[in-house]
Amino acid sequence: MSATHVPHPDLPPPSSTIGALGWLRRNLFSSPLNVALTVLAVYLLAISLPPMLRWALFDATWSGDSREACTANSGACWIFIKVHFGQFMYGFYPEAQRWRVDAVVLLLIIGAAPLFISSVSNPLKVRLGLGLLLLYPLLAFMLLHGGLFGLTPVDTRQWGGLLLTLVIAGVGMTAALPLGVLLALGRRSKMPAIQTLCVTFIEFWRGVPLITVLFMSSVMLPLFLPTGMNFDKLLRALIGVTLFQAAYMAEVVRGGLQAIPKGQVEAAAALGLGYWKTMALIVLPQALKLVIPGIVNTFIALFKDTSLVLIIGLFDLMNIVHSATTNPAWLGFSTEGYVFAAAVYWLFCFSMSHYSQSLEKRLHTGHKR
Amino acid sequence: MPESSPVSPLAPLSGQVMIEMEAVHKWYGTFHVLKDINLTVQKGERIVICGPSGSGKSTTIRCINRLEEYQRGRIVVDGHELSNDVKQIEQIRREVGMVFQHFNLFPHLTVLENCVLAPIWVRKLPRKQAEDIAMRYLERVKIPEQAKKYPGQLSGGQQQRVAIARSLCMNPKIMLFDEPTSALDPEMIKEVLDTMVTLAEDGMTMLCVTHEMGFAKTVAHRVIFMDGGEIIEQNAPQEFFTNPRSERTRLFLSQILHH
Ligand SMILES: Nc1ncnc2c1ncn2[C@@H]1O[C@H](COP(=O)(O)OP(=O)(O)OP(=O)(O)O)[C@@H](O)[C@H]1O
Ligand SMILES: [Mg+2]
Repeated sequence: MSATHVPHPDLPPPSSTIGALGWLRRNLFSSPLNVALTVLAVYLLAISLPPMLRWALFDATWSGDSREACTANSGACWIFIKVHFGQFMYGFYPEAQRWRVDAVVLLLIIGAAPLFISSVSNPLKVRLGLGLLLLYPLLAFMLLHGGLFGLTPVDTRQWGGLLLTLVIAGVGMTAALPLGVLLALGRRSKMPAIQTLCVTFIEFWRGVPLITVLFMSSVMLPLFLPTGMNFDKLLRALIGVTLFQAAYMAEVVRGGLQAIPKGQVEAAAALGLGYWKTMALIVLPQALKLVIPGIVNTFIALFKDTSLVLIIGLFDLMNIVHSATTNPAWLGFSTEGYVFAAAVYWLFCFSMSHYSQSLEKRLHTGHKR
Repeated sequence: MPESSPVSPLAPLSGQVMIEMEAVHKWYGTFHVLKDINLTVQKGERIVICGPSGSGKSTTIRCINRLEEYQRGRIVVDGHELSNDVKQIEQIRREVGMVFQHFNLFPHLTVLENCVLAPIWVRKLPRKQAEDIAMRYLERVKIPEQAKKYPGQLSGGQQQRVAIARSLCMNPKIMLFDEPTSALDPEMIKEVLDTMVTLAEDGMTMLCVTHEMGFAKTVAHRVIFMDGGEIIEQNAPQEFFTNPRSERTRLFLSQILHH
């Protein structure tokens, strides 16, 4: 009677479901339509990839420092980028002072690195992040603009290229997010005056194109200011971009706020937490986590929209590349220029998108079932 | 309606008044949801409120910690009359714990973080001390081993016990329960009720909206029956269940007891 139970041995899964073959079957050949699409995709790659690679890599010219070096090869002339590289990165920032830009970037990398290390505790990260948010812009401005501590002043008119793109996008993002959060909270406020103010602000800025905002900030604003009073063109652009993006951000954040159940606020209130603590500790952490995709979407749009500052005569990466392609000494290399600009934009935008995905995964505590 | 003095089956009451509701009226727009609510709760007293759905039970207890406004009458909690002053409301809420039907734990925080949040940010306790207190209460509700988990990883009964512990961490003088077991599966109801019974044994002042009549019989000093926004009847549980005075109470009891 007491036959001992022999457990069934673990068998390997059928080979058709695992390994490379299993993956191929599941993802590429699971149905006739999928087979057709796979074949089509492979065909398109086969006809487009080789010429692309030939142009960009195999037939391209990499060495030399004049356009004459490019005549021998039929592919891309990357010398064009090499020669203009400094200009693309720093704009008209004086060459002798460019180390200051490098220092600013280096400072950011060193300062922000702990935020990306998983062994640093969260409260410490918050404190570091806030410190960075307050101190870094000041430090960066002092270094870039100079005029203090014996640093040669470099007027913002000389800032350009990737530097300018990063300044506008960086300031725009870090200022638009908190402002957007405040606007979103204000729009849901029970106080009619605050609510009306926020709704009006949001609807006004969302209703006008960014290009109009920039144009007005540089052409119209001086008309209204008393003569002699004139403030920096870049600063005006920054304010315009920030307010414009804050309006968009407010609506993204509001979407997140609306998704938080009323019970969360009630539970916080029942514990004696006031409005600001409830928002900061309970509602916003959940709401912002929900709208990370929307926030990053707005950030990416902002990053690319920086090129609109062309309209007010600022030369960000896109515009400086464009102006280099019209340089009479280097005519005919606009493809190289735009491919380079696209690659740089893509690199930054893809990094943001990638980071946001990892952030979402890390913050996931929902465990819905 | 004759007012019956509470007969304590468990422990004598001190006579000190903790909550006083006087002629409280509330409207939602034109809908008169609370009609002349009068209720005095003594320190250490345990009250069960029952009644049909929509009778205003939740609204009544939510007025006590001012989660709901009321338009007429007055409510005095622990000697402080409720007003529109935000600071004063927050002060009263510190002393009044509340447990909700759907737990309302904070899903982005661990169990321990849920428990220490208010003690740290409202009571300004040092984190270490708040954590010690939290662990003590988590032990009391018998889930100290779940402290590092997120609410989403716990069963409903466990979540509700965490919610009770979270309230207790503020060391409240009064606990309000709004149908704490009605979102739970039968096997989890008992673990939550057991937790509430131990709380009762410690002399906590409790107002509990529930249809768990077994709980009412063993724990309550007084059972209150509400219907249509009014208190229809209140009595000691023994009397209330065996000899209800009003026809509506009788009907309600027959509905919830016999099926
Ligand atoms: N925010 C609101 N606006 C309008 N009417 C409401 C609101 N909240 C509740 N009511 C109404 O007030 C009445 C009392 O609600 P309350 O939640 O207090 O009932 P309850 O006795 O707790 O019922 P239940 O047993 O279903 O929880 C109900 O008729 C309900 O429809
Ligand atoms: Mg209710």
